[in-house]
Amino acid sequence: MIQLSKADYEKIIVHAKEHLPEEACGLIAGTKEGDVKKIEKVYLLTNIDHTNEHFSMDPKEQLAAVKDMRANGYTPLGNWHSHPESPARPSEEDKRLAYDPTVNYLILSLMNPEEPVIKAFDIDKDRNVTVEEISII
Amino acid sequence: MKVTIAGNTKDIAENTTVAQLVVDEKVDNPEYVTVTINDEFVEHHDFENVVLKENDVVEFLYFMGGGRF
Repeated sequence: MIQLSKADYEKIIVHAKEHLPEEACGLIAGTKEGDVKKIEKVYLLTNIDHTNEHFSMDPKEQLAAVKDMRANGYTPLGNWHSHPESPARPSEEDKRLAYDPTVNYLILSLMNPEEPVIKAFDIDKDRNVTVEEISII
Repeated sequence: MKVTIAGNTKDIAENTTVAQLVVDEKVDNPEYVTVTINDEFVEHHDFENVVLKENDVVEFLYFMGGGRF
């Protein structure tokens, strides 16, 4: 189960809405205790593709985020991105480009911007997708 | 010689290239990994040529991206 604070959830939504119609993206980090992954920090990164159909994270910002995680003692927990016009589920490209099976992939759908939907997924090396419970507290 | 890889100090052989380090560290999908040395990005076509030095700080960053379809 993933725990995400309401404040961090709002942070993701605000960033994603600010970048509409483009996809927005970022990283998540925190702690793992048993099956509970607690997100302690959400990183807002630049989608260097700048389109509504793809995202690629800025590698320089990614490096800075990784160093910040280490400095704060956080475990990298995964990434998040928005789907401006499609549901909160991994696309074929999302699955193909999910290279790290040890992390979670969060997707925020803004199909209805007034009612955002966020879901979390595990994607294994064979591209099998499992929904992981996400608790917003 | 000592280098720091993903925050951990390790001993590696002298004259180790980035390409060899990627193999030694068992990096999955290396074609999708970006390598930095002392915060400088190493181009993939230079992996065979760039040799690590004592006290270098190395990071492996997976490409993170996706798409709508």
